[in-house]
Formats: sequence, C-alpha cells, structure tokens
Amino acid sequence: MSAVGTLGRAILSNRKATAGAILLAICVFMALFPGLIAPGDPNAENFMPGQGPSAANWLGTTSYGQDIFAQFIWGARASMIIAVVAGLLSTVLSVLIGIAAGYLGGMADGVLSLVTDVFLVIPAFPLVVAIAAYSKSGGNGLIIAVLVITGWSYGARQLRAQVLSLRHREFLTAARLRGERSWRIIVSEILPNMTSLVVANFLGASVYAILTAAGLQFIGLGNVNVDSWGTMLYWAQNNEALQAGIPLWAIAPGLGIAVLGGAFALLNYAFDEISNPVLRPVRRTRRARRGS
Amino acid sequence: MPDAVPDSAVTTDVILSVDDITVEYGTSANPARAVDQVSFQLARGEFLGIVGESGCGKSTLLFAIAQLLSPPAQLVGGTVSFKGRDMVGLTGEALRSLRWRDYSVVMQSAMNALNPVKTVAAQYDDAMRAHGVRQSAQIRARSREVLALVGIDAVHLKSYPHQLSGGMRQRVMIAMALLLSPDLIVMDEPTSALDVVAQRSLMVQVKELQRRLGFAVIFVTHDMSLVGHFSDRLAVMYAGRIVEIGPTRPLFANPQHPYTRGLLDSFPSIYGPKVPLKGIPGAPPDLSDLPSGCCFRPRCPDVMPRCAEIEPALYPAAEARVRCLLYETPSA
Amino acid sequence: MRFIIRRLGFFVVTLWAALTVNFFLPRLMPGNPATAMMARFHGRLSGQALRALEVAFGVNTQQSLLVQYVTYLRDCFTGQFGRSLTFFPDSVAQVVFQALPWTLGLVGVTTVIAFILGTLIGMIGAWGRGGWFDSILPPVFIVLSAFPYFWIALVAILIFGITLDWLPVGFGYTNGSAITFTWPFILDVLRHAILPAITIIITSIGGWILTMRNNMIMTLNEDYVRMARAKGLSSARIMFDYAGRNAILPNLSGFGMSLGFVVSGAILVEYVFSYPGVGYMMLQAVLNEDYPLMQTLFLFITLAVLLAILAVDVVTVLLDPRTRSAG
Repeated sequence: MSAVGTLGRAILSNRKATAGAILLAICVFMALFPGLIAPGDPNAENFMPGQGPSAANWLGTTSYGQDIFAQFIWGARASMIIAVVAGLLSTVLSVLIGIAAGYLGGMADGVLSLVTDVFLVIPAFPLVVAIAAYSKSGGNGLIIAVLVITGWSYGARQLRAQVLSLRHREFLTAARLRGERSWRIIVSEILPNMTSLVVANFLGASVYAILTAAGLQFIGLGNVNVDSWGTMLYWAQNNEALQAGIPLWAIAPGLGIAVLGGAFALLNYAFDEISNPVLRPVRRTRRARRGS
Repeated sequence: MPDAVPDSAVTTDVILSVDDITVEYGTSANPARAVDQVSFQLARGEFLGIVGESGCGKSTLLFAIAQLLSPPAQLVGGTVSFKGRDMVGLTGEALRSLRWRDYSVVMQSAMNALNPVKTVAAQYDDAMRAHGVRQSAQIRARSREVLALVGIDAVHLKSYPHQLSGGMRQRVMIAMALLLSPDLIVMDEPTSALDVVAQRSLMVQVKELQRRLGFAVIFVTHDMSLVGHFSDRLAVMYAGRIVEIGPTRPLFANPQHPYTRGLLDSFPSIYGPKVPLKGIPGAPPDLSDLPSGCCFRPRCPDVMPRCAEIEPALYPAAEARVRCLLYETPSA
Repeated sequence: MRFIIRRLGFFVVTLWAALTVNFFLPRLMPGNPATAMMARFHGRLSGQALRALEVAFGVNTQQSLLVQYVTYLRDCFTGQFGRSLTFFPDSVAQVVFQALPWTLGLVGVTTVIAFILGTLIGMIGAWGRGGWFDSILPPVFIVLSAFPYFWIALVAILIFGITLDWLPVGFGYTNGSAITFTWPFILDVLRHAILPAITIIITSIGGWILTMRNNMIMTLNEDYVRMARAKGLSSARIMFDYAGRNAILPNLSGFGMSLGFVVSGAILVEYVFSYPGVGYMMLQAVLNEDYPLMQTLFLFITLAVLLAILAVDVVTVLLDPRTRSAG
C-alpha cells in the first residue's frame, strides 16, 4: 500500500505527471463509461447530415447524419484498448528479449542483439502497412499484432543496456555465489532495479501504438466499421470533411489521439524527471549567488 | 557561530582569505548545509591539506572557493578574498579573467575532467587563448614546457584522453593547471583514482613543482597519511565545519580534537608494535538534521553533558585551533 | 575504421532481412493474396515479365522454394522489379525512381533541418536553465510530439489552404504543368512544398529539442564542463565545444534509430497532401493491391533508412575520437 502512496505523492509533486495523470484519467473514464456521457448508439444516423455545432449536437454531425460528439466519446474505448494492449505486449516482449540478451551474454546476446537491431532499423510503418495490406480482413487484433512486432525492439535495446550495466555489480555476484539459479536472479534481483525503465518503456510503447494505430486506421487498414478515433478520421477524410465545412469531424478525433498520446508522453517525461532529479526544472532563489 | 579567534597562524603574505563560507544544498524547507561558516587563511606558497570522511563537505568547500558551484548547491553566506579582491561578488568577465591565470583547479578523475573529444593540445590551447595568449607558436612552446615539467613526452599533445594511462592523464591535468603560472592551485583528491605507487610519485612531483614555481596549494583528500607527508598545514573537516586546523607535524604528533585522534588511530603504522585498530563508532550525521550543540558528540569518546547545549567555536590548543569544548576559552 | 566495417556488415544483414521479408510475406499471409493479384495481371503481361512476377510471389511455379528465392534475389539485384498495376504499363522501377526525388527533397531536407534546429534549440534551452523557457516549453513540446503527423497536416490544410487560401493544398506542383527546370516551375514546387515541410518540421522538432535538452543537462553536470568553467572559457565556447559536442553524440545515434519513425510520419504527410513521393506511392499501391510496387517501395524505403544511418555513423566517427581507436 505504501508503494501506491509513494507513487501518488510522486505524481502530485511533479506538474507534468499531474497533468498527464489527469488527461489519462479523463480518457479512461470516456473509455469505460461512454454511455454516461453520450447515451445512445453513436452510429445512429438520426440527424441532419453535415451540420455545424449546435445545442443538440455539440460537435456537429457527419456526412451520414451521425452525432460527432457521440462518436468521439465512444471512439475512446477502441483507441485506448489498442494503446494499452499493444503497449503491454510490446513491453513484455522487450523485457524478455532485452533482459535475456543482456544477462546471457556471449553468442546468445550476439544473436538476440542482431535480431533486435534489424527489427529496429527496418522502418516500422511500411512494414506494418505491408503486412496489413496482405491480410484482407483488418481488425484491431491484427493491428495490435503488427504494432507489437514492430514496436518491441526499441525497448529491448534500452533494457539490454541497463542489464549490462547492472550485471557486474556486486550484489549479482553475491547471488550467484549463493547458488541462486539464473532465472531466479533475473526475477528477484535484476527486475526490481529496472522497474522504472520498464514503466518508461510501457509508456513509450503506448505512445507509439496510439500514433501508429491511428495512422493505419486513417488510411483504412483497420476495421472501418468499428468506431475508433482513427476510423473517424478515415471516414472524415473520405468524405472530405475539411472542404465540406465540417472540419470538427476530423479535428475532434485527432485531438483525442493527441490528448491520449500526450498524456502518456507527459507521464513518461515526468517519470524521467522523478527518477533523475538533475532533469527537474530549476527555480532560482533570491539568495543564490553563483560564480559563472 | 563565528570563530572565537581569528586565524593568527598566518601572518605573512596572505593570498587567500576565506571568511564564514556557507553552502547549502536544495531549496526545500530543510536544506542540507554542506559547508557551515568555514574560515581560514592561506599564505603565498603554502601547502594546505583538507581532510575528512566522504561527505564532510571538503569538495564542496573547494568548489565554493573556486566559484565553481552549480545547482542544487548554493553559496548562501561568507566571502572569499583572493589577493585582496572579493571573489564572491565577481561575475562575468571579471571572474573569467581571474580564472586559470591567478588560480587553477585539478580535479579527481582526469578521465572525467578532460573533454573526451578534444586532444590534449586543443585543451591547452583554448585555456591559453581565453586569456590573451594568441600566438600559436607561443602556445605550442608553453604546452611542451608544462608537459616537460611533469615528465610527459610532448608527442602526447596529439593524444585524446582515452589514449593515455591514468597516471599520465593526471599529470596532463596538473600540467594544464600550470599553463598560466597561477599563484594558487586547488586540488580535489587528484590521486584517489591512482594506485599507491603512482600516488606517491605524483605527490613528490607536485611538491617539487611547488618548491620551484612557488604556488600555493589547497589539497583535499580523505587520505590523511598521504597529505600528512606533504602539507605545511592541515585542516580537518567534519559535517561541513573545520574541527581542527594547524601545522601538520604537530597535529600528527599530537592531535587535539577527538575526531582527529580517531582518524589517526584508524591508520595502522608499519613501524612500531602492533596495536588493535580503533575506528570511530557511529556514522556521519545527516547534514539536514544535525545534532544540537556539537555535531560530533554522538560519536565522541570524551563527550560531556555541555556538549549538547553549546556549539563550540575554534579555540586555540597546542599549536592548532580546535573546535571542542575540552579546550574552551572565554571569548576575547 | 573497424566500426564502419561492422556497421556495413549490419547494413547488409538488414537489407537481406528486408528482402527476405518481402519474399515470404505474401506466401505466409492467409487467403493467398498473391493469386488474387496475379489474376488482375492476367492477359496484360506475358513472357519474362509474367514469369518474374510468378517467381517473386510464388504463384504457378513448379520450382522449389529455394530456387524461387535465389531467382527473386537475382531479379532484385538486376533491377527487375516487375510492373506496376496502378501505373500499368510502367515498370515498378520507373515509378519508384520518379517518386524518389520528391521524397528525398521533401522528407530528407526537412528531417535534417528539424534535427539541426531542434538540437540547437535544445542545447541553448538547456544552457539557460531556470527561466520560463525551461518550465513552459518542454511540456508544450512533449504534447506536440504526441500529435499525429497527419492530423497536424489536416489542420494546416484547414487553416492555410482552405480558410486563408494562402497555399496550395495538394500535389507537388500545379496539375498539368510541364516538369522543367525553369525558375517558375521551381518556385511552384517550393510553394507546394511549404505546408508539408512545415508539418514535418513542427511534429518532429519537439523530439529533438527534448532529447538534446536532456542530454545537455546531463552533460552540463560532467566534470569536464566544470573544468571548462574553471579555465575561464567563454560561455559560448563551453556550450558548443565542451557540452554540445559531447551531448550530441547519443542524439546522433538516436537520430539514426528514429528514422523509421520519421519515415512513417512522412508517408502519412505525403498521403494527406497527395505529394507524389515514395510514401504516397506506397499507400496508393496498398489501396490498389499493387503488390509489386508496394514491395519494391518497402525495399527502397528500407534502403534509404539504412543509407541515412550509415551517413550518421560516419558523422559520429568524425565527431567522436573514441570510436576511431576502439573499433
């Protein structure tokens, strides 16, 4: 319980973390309880198409007569699920491969590192597009899969580097001398020292997932019938929302993606600052006199 | 509390006068005082050693004197007077022109203190150019000269720091400190990263250079025996304060402060009978939460009830000045 | 030197991996997409061209997988990439080489500009710590970097193209004009490039500013920076020569690694602006199920990224003497 308390205090003490946490909470709320904010079926084509904002439709209506605001609120769920699931799976893969490479060393490390670097360098988006293009049935499951395949390498590299720096510390030698088995050493000695990096990885992987998923859905490679922010953008673009005078159809979901991604990014950055006090903003005091 | 007796040990030709220097870390409500109202004076050509445990504030004091503090450390009180000028008030161009020409710095790890992407020659070059030496020929000549002083072949001017051995790097740094013939060189544990043999040879060289060129030295270290051989005066620091300061030989022969005695007793002697090693019980205090009265009392073998109430000042004792109520004299 | 050779080796391995991915992907995907595609080529191709496609996609061939693979590799190295469905009867190679200059011009130049500007701003920003710059701008850039590239593009089109009607909203040049190297045409090209360029710069610069700022702050705490202050060097020299030159090194390697991400954003920007570059072509190919074109574009994009990384490595060797001797 005290860990939660420490986390809470850390978040409140850092302004970026607080902002990020609030934004994230809003998005989570939208994803969990969309019916509370915008009851009814978001895809119902009940309204006059192509209208600007009004009392009935806060953000206006689409070319098909749907309420943009309702679509926006309900779209949060799919976008969040993709972000979190892809982020989690990606992080798990990074942890497994990165730590294995760093800890095992030698030939195993050589092979794993090479694989990591190759995946890292091959441009992810074209690869993702190619994979998605070949498989006709889109669907969010496929999007998550390709995001994970292309997204794990960056984190694996970072984790490997940190394991390498920890590996030679005395407490690990002590554990080995005690006769502990490798996997136990990894789990009980190494992992606790890496939690901050793993969390940072998750946050970064989530940002990557959100943006790339949005890009895929935007060009129509996702399941265009499932309501999400990315598919909203797809339909908006297809119906030339900007030229047709209903720009909010495109602006709103884009902002949603930006807010969600921004929340994760802020938390990530704040996490960096919390674990590395040097990076925190400096406030000059009146009494300070520095030579320069 | 200010010192009860001014530093009368130094009377001739004072080049550095440190008065009530105080350095704090952090801006929260409870800042840690790394250096607490330290005062001393330094004569021309004098070798002053500052010793203490890790975290006692000696390096911070050094940087405060050299005007090299950076956040979160802040100088919150006191003055540093160098050759008659108050350094603390100086900023910008005035301070910059003093640097390296009048006093220079040697740091602990040359590997970290030398720019990894520049050659030795380039690093000597920019120091000299920053202070008015413009002719390339002059710069080259002086660079060779200082390297020769520390016994390094001039071919290493073209080397990068990572290409030199630890001992060589340290000498390169010392040579760099001599470039503009300063009157004071401030050294922060310059031998800690070296092995024992290299340590001694470096110290001998520094002492020899000092004799020849006449600069003063402030030498910070945790190694008492090392600095005991080479210094003229010794200052012992604890929890950010000087607890004993005086000429080296008498201090070693006859330590007054209980802490100094504890330190010296921790070093075994090669000669003489075997005696059981005594350490100093306890641990250094948390600088943001110091004990009341004398900050050493939780660990002191000679502690008295008064020690918890009164903060001692520096009182004269034997040939030194000691911050201990055992030697308390009424204020003049 | 050994460093560069090792990197070249890595380069070759990665290229081989990309080629292999291209080879196996259509064969592994369910639903046999290749056969469907071949049906659309039917009747339009014959002889060698048709066979080359069959080999590349593994359709209708009696040859073993290994033979197909070798033939495919040979075709790639001799530049035979087949014909494009979308731009039939143009060969894929023709389409690619026509689109390449547009992308290199737009994406290549703007990425370099964004990196240099971002690094400079980050360096100067870290130098002046404690001011409003330090407290306000980082969060702004953090959030800005989370905005999808293509969304910023849409906003830019909305504001500058539609509402204000200052700049053109699509294509590389005014439709219908001849492609010549005359001054009016070049100006036209530049006019069309402004919005996409600004979009790319705005979205990517934030990342560079932040990483450089963080690197600088860490570097400014190093002993050699304190030593430079002790030597009485000028602020400018310390910032550039001591801190900057060291802080930028991890940033450079990060630049190489992040190029994949830059490429993805650039593809979408090209799409939104219908800018006739490699990215736009690739998306067209995807939407038209024009696999030969798509595959080859993927290959060339990978090649471009690898070359850029190699260039960055050369710059790193020039800037960091430690890489030269250690190897």
